Amino acid sequence: MASESNRLPIEGLKEKALTLRRHIIRMTTEAGSGHPSSSLSAVEVVTALYFGGFMHYEPTRPDWPDRDRFIMSKGHAVPVQYAAMAEAGYFDVDQLLTLRKLGSPLEGHPNRKRLPGIEASTGSLGQGLSIGIGYALACRLARQESRVFVLIGDGEMQEGQVWEAFATAHKYKLANLTAIIDQNGFQQTGATADVLDLTPLAEKIESFGWHTQTIDGNSMEAIVEALNAAIQITNCPTAIISQTHKGFGILPVLEAEGDLNFHGKPLSPDAAKKALELLS
Amino acid sequence: MFIGEASGLKVGKATRDAFGETLKDLGASYPDIVVVDGDVGNSTRTEAFAKAFPDRSFNVGIAESNMVSIAGGLAASGKTPVVASFACFLLCNAYDQIRMSVAFPELNVKLVGSHAGISIGADGPSQMAIEDVALACSLPGVTVIVPADATSTIKATQAMLEHDGPTYLRLGRPKVADIYLDGCDFEIGKSIQLRDGDDATIIANGLLVAVALDAAHELSSRGISVRVLDMHTAKPIDEEAIAKAARETGAIIVAEEHSANGGLGSIIATSVTRTVPVPMAYVNTGDCYAESGDLDGLFEKYGLTANAIVEAVRSVIQR
Repeated sequence: MASESNRLPIEGLKEKALTLRRHIIRMTTEAGSGHPSSSLSAVEVVTALYFGGFMHYEPTRPDWPDRDRFIMSKGHAVPVQYAAMAEAGYFDVDQLLTLRKLGSPLEGHPNRKRLPGIEASTGSLGQGLSIGIGYALACRLARQESRVFVLIGDGEMQEGQVWEAFATAHKYKLANLTAIIDQNGFQQTGATADVLDLTPLAEKIESFGWHTQTIDGNSMEAIVEALNAAIQITNCPTAIISQTHKGFGILPVLEAEGDLNFHGKPLSPDAAKKALELLS
Repeated sequence: MFIGEASGLKVGKATRDAFGETLKDLGASYPDIVVVDGDVGNSTRTEAFAKAFPDRSFNVGIAESNMVSIAGGLAASGKTPVVASFACFLLCNAYDQIRMSVAFPELNVKLVGSHAGISIGADGPSQMAIEDVALACSLPGVTVIVPADATSTIKATQAMLEHDGPTYLRLGRPKVADIYLDGCDFEIGKSIQLRDGDDATIIANGLLVAVALDAAHELSSRGISVRVLDMHTAKPIDEEAIAKAARETGAIIVAEEHSANGGLGSIIATSVTRTVPVPMAYVNTGDCYAESGDLDGLFEKYGLTANAIVEAVRSVIQR
């Protein structure tokens, strides 16, 4: 079981979220590449999962069969997961600065072969929810209580495979499966609403037979409440549309840089310094 | 005249039938096997397993991408998922999912592609996998098996389930000649010598093994003696047997029900040039898509006959 340090109260979670944000800035700027803004939008969700008591895991025994699973389907945002894993004790916090460097298991996108605690190798968008279904079915076959959480990008929802997975999870009534859509509103070349608008997203997911909530995903109170509600559902899979801001926590810095999307690039050392001051 | 008749073989079961029966038979002794089906279980013959073990079978609908990634999740949980579909839809439609959800994470997923090659016949080129072996072999760490008849398919299915790692098993639709009625000493990565000879070696897989035996029979009546190897494993390739054949017979002809690009011929050519370079010739469907038709007519038109192999052998021996 997760230790009590992994069941922080709201104020502790907010503090932890700040810490994860600082890690994300430091590690991506040190790497000289990566997706800090895509990672920052998902900090509250990942913090709540790892430290709010929602995920049961043992950092010293990553293959513990009864663990809950977290799948980072939007693999480019993995720095937020690395930051959480380091804080949880999967590896040393200092190792975060090896992100994307030759020989480091902290690759640009998650690689389950190289980093224990990573459940799925992702980076080709659209596959994480299907992999999560495989885990959820296996847990059911083994009569395990484990839950599976899959974090999906809102741009990623444009991949057809995601909708195949929504239909399949409904067929098997996988109440042990929760999809969290990090709806930060941007993708590589612009706003998701301009590139390929999927609104109304909640209605679409609901129509696939999923219990669906829409929340302010950068509010720790809201995400904790939504996760609490999701795990009470016992007859169908659950989705949380987590409405977030890409780059949340350092928006003034991105504004000054003139790019609120800031997709797929690290902050310069100067901008990182300003960001870290904001996050202190 | 059916394939294999000239060399005295009798028609047996389709490889997909042998696979389906074996999978069902092994279900009880391999409790970790689960089947993920894209609603073609009655074609791929996983249906028998699904009937015997309904709790361990998942028909996820006509969605090959989803099907393969689900299998990845099941394998990551310690299950041994068998994912079966038509070879063309499995490899071509879900290639990225095979890459990312199976091959790259080195998960123990068993990919089974039926109705491979042009022998599916009347359904036409959209259903004919002629690229699948190349695609599967291009993926690091994936084992690729192309059995020639029912008996070797039974053995291949067992070997695939025993093997820990991603594996592609290629099966056909039609009934094929029984080559191994007296048993088959099947080991992944070890070819089987079906006939010995001095003048050249025909290396074949799948349905072309029986064609190669017919060709060898015809050649012997013309005083040309050829070795025939059933190269049932395309990857890892049996480099030792290939080098030995090159050294001892001096010429190699590769025959396969696949396009000219990247299949057994390409793999063996790479091996031959690296070990014992000798003249080579190739019998395959070339660099084109075929068409609807009957098996015999298609094999004739697209050059997969015993005569085509005989001519290839003669041409290569003269070089």
